[in-house]
Amino acid sequence: MSNNSFDIRAYTGFRAITFLCLAILYAPLVVVTIYSFNASQSLTNWEGLSLRWYVEVFTGPESAKFKTAARNSFIIAIIAATTATILATLAATAMVRGGKFRLRTLSFGLISLPLMVPEIVLAVATLIFFNSIGLDRGLLTILLAHIAFCIPFAYLPISARMQGIEDSYEQAALDLYATKRQAFTKILLPLMMPGIISGFLLAFIVSLDDFIITNFVKGAGVETLPTAIFGSVKQGIKPNIMAISTLLLLVSIVMVTISYLVSKKDNTK
Amino acid sequence: MAAGAASGGSATTDTYKEARTWLLMPAWVTLTILVLAPVLMMLVYSFLTKEFRGGVIWEFSLSAYDQFFFDRGLFGDDPPKIEWTYITIFWRSIWQAGAATLLSLVIGFPTAYFIATRSPQMRPVWVFLITIPYWVNLLIRTVSMKFLLRDEGPLNDALIGIGLLDDPLRIINTNFAVQLGLFYSYLPFMVLPIYAAVERYNFALSEAAADLYASKWTTLRRILLPAIKPGVVAGCILVFVPSMGSFLAPDLLGGAKNFMIGSLIEEQFKGNAGNWPFGAAASMILLTMVLIILMISARQQAKADRA
Repeated sequence: MSNNSFDIRAYTGFRAITFLCLAILYAPLVVVTIYSFNASQSLTNWEGLSLRWYVEVFTGPESAKFKTAARNSFIIAIIAATTATILATLAATAMVRGGKFRLRTLSFGLISLPLMVPEIVLAVATLIFFNSIGLDRGLLTILLAHIAFCIPFAYLPISARMQGIEDSYEQAALDLYATKRQAFTKILLPLMMPGIISGFLLAFIVSLDDFIITNFVKGAGVETLPTAIFGSVKQGIKPNIMAISTLLLLVSIVMVTISYLVSKKDNTK
Repeated sequence: MAAGAASGGSATTDTYKEARTWLLMPAWVTLTILVLAPVLMMLVYSFLTKEFRGGVIWEFSLSAYDQFFFDRGLFGDDPPKIEWTYITIFWRSIWQAGAATLLSLVIGFPTAYFIATRSPQMRPVWVFLITIPYWVNLLIRTVSMKFLLRDEGPLNDALIGIGLLDDPLRIINTNFAVQLGLFYSYLPFMVLPIYAAVERYNFALSEAAADLYASKWTTLRRILLPAIKPGVVAGCILVFVPSMGSFLAPDLLGGAKNFMIGSLIEEQFKGNAGNWPFGAAASMILLTMVLIILMISARQQAKADRA
């Protein structure tokens, strides 16, 4: 049906534009990945395959800086995503399984607030807030800011998943004299697991990737991977930056793929 | 998912009605303290007096907003003239974001339509392909774009190599580079809502139009587009709003001549200008503009739902 010229749904050129769209989306990433394996010192010339820039990332003069930055990034991402996922799971249970209540719309507005406020504005607001309560900028301020903006990213897949689960499973458990707590932990939570994992992974990536807010609330000398990369790039793109970028790209793609596969899994059967 | 889909999939029940306050409390408290209170504090700061070398003096003042809109000369006692510097930066941001939105619409609409008319098994795969780049670090994507578009970059090398060009295209440090960067940053936001709208669209309407001898393009314009308008509007907003306040694309791809709001704000807190109340005021003006756009669109969406 799709190649039939009488198909009223098909428009000439739309397929070509779709492929153009994919080409635009992937070209820069593919090019950087390829050039990260370039043996040449210069960015312009191609001198054959080599892993020297990856070796440089782990052993070169900047490796200590990037190692610390990577450790900070991962510690913050794990704690922020875990906290946000717990808060989002509890909130989603109230929003989806809590009946209709007056504060429901307001609560949803509050949860999605970090998505509506432009990131740079949230960055300014957070910096001003920490400054006004006298909290010194450092890892803690980065972590607190990350928890806040991770919540909606964790919440959306979790609540979507919960809306797709009929409550008959929990009702059956309650009919069989399970307590509400048991119905929640033994029935709803396991059924929700794909949504929770998917929410956690998305929150994790969003935290790992954040530059703008981190750049505002980090103290002097405290770096995460994106701020360390930005600092380096300001002096010009170097091949070792492309190697780091490729590694981070790999982490993101692996996590999104896991999140996608997990969320597709149907464990209600 | 199949069981949920059969029952409509969006049923809300009241199984945990008694516990809901306690379930919501942690999220409420966290977001109130870490998002709502900071935004209010920023509003307060925008009305304070600036302290040289960053920070504020707790003294009410309108000078941040005054500085934004009026020029009172070097010593502040000339008759006020309109100060165009910052208005121009805001105007440029709106213009750049608008161009990026248009670019995203031109590429994103056919893409979304194409994906929505694939077989139901293939649709999620296409959506997945479109969303992957979004999850890659925005900084890395912008740096990659810069690398690709450089004067001696792979794009120019390729174009010169196949004899299409003699001299490299100078794209970096132009308005167009920024538009391209913004387009690249937020394209999935355009595709996804349009895709969702087309997927829900009833193609029997198009068939009816075709039966009445409407051409394909007339059908697209007069039947499909009005039906999926909410999706198109949502996509445009989702690209326009983050584009307007973006920092990385103008900073890395645009150079100093193509300053946007994001860079202006950042400079107040990081750079040498160091005027916190002014940065807070510029942020408030940006936030107000965004909230107005969101409110207008929410009202129209509600109107469309009622109709």
